[in-house]
Amino acid sequence: MDPVSAKYIGAGIACLGMGGAGIGVGHIFGNYLAGALRNPAAAGQQFTNALIGAALAEGLGIFSLVVALVLLFVK
Amino acid sequence: MATETVVNDPIHQFRLHSLFDLFSVGGHQISFTNSALFMGLIVLFITGFLLMAASKAAMVPGRLQSIGEMWYSMIHNMVNNVLGEEGKAFFPLVFSLFSFVLIANMFGMFPYFFTVTSHVIVTASLALFVVGLVVVVGIYKHGLGWFKLFVPHGVPIVILPIISVIEIISFLSRPISLGLRLFGNILAGHIVLKVFAGFVVSMIAAGGIIAVSSVLSLGMAVALTALEFLVAFLQAFVFAILTCVYLNDALHPSH
Repeated sequence: MDPVSAKYIGAGIACLGMGGAGIGVGHIFGNYLAGALRNPAAAGQQFTNALIGAALAEGLGIFSLVVALVLLFVK
Repeated sequence: MATETVVNDPIHQFRLHSLFDLFSVGGHQISFTNSALFMGLIVLFITGFLLMAASKAAMVPGRLQSIGEMWYSMIHNMVNNVLGEEGKAFFPLVFSLFSFVLIANMFGMFPYFFTVTSHVIVTASLALFVVGLVVVVGIYKHGLGWFKLFVPHGVPIVILPIISVIEIISFLSRPISLGLRLFGNILAGHIVLKVFAGFVVSMIAAGGIIAVSSVLSLGMAVALTALEFLVAFLQAFVFAILTCVYLNDALHPSH
């Protein structure tokens, strides 16, 4: 296979990892919302925790994006 | 992608160029770049804005003073909630980090402005500084007892070596994840914005029915701009709160 096209295919495959981050962030906010609707009084205090969890989950997706960018742009 | 597609090149906006050369160290040219210019502008903006907001100090705050107070009290509450009373010493640090990242992200949203946080060297330096500070403060406050952070309580002795190794790896990956999260979010957001804006140009150039449907692409670019403002704030907030969470490990390593 042509190495350049292999690089582009690799970058595309690396971006699949971001789907996992999407699932993770969706889970966190979905569960936060479910909990918040059951107990709205406690929802406000836990919002920062939800944000921390979302940030940590999102960071892993960003790693795969960075892998894709490195494949594309680093000579 | 050098010459003909400069308008549509989504990476072009991140290019550093020297405004004037200062001196050279070991064959490396040290220049005053557009990045350095915008870092200076950010610091000037924050200082000027907060000085203006605090200058009147009325009993009933005006618009400007309200923004300043909200800005201040948000970070103050965050530091208080996560770090407690002892964390007061770190409030100026967290406030400065938050303000710098927030204003850097917000400046980046304006056309022709340079986004400082879209360069991994800037975010990595901030993150390395934070995690380095955690180590220094932890050892200063607790001595070698700080390393109990890597030996959690109540773990069976059999799996303790594995857990410790995992804890050490997770600690060492913190500067990477903290820096890359901010960098990746801002970089990806700006590339996506540029790509959608580029679609509008090339669709109009195509003419006919394709030119009419470029409205969809324009609408998407507008929606993404709104999303990017949210991300700009959220990432600054996340950076500040993760700084607090990591500093909490330095102050209270036992749990």
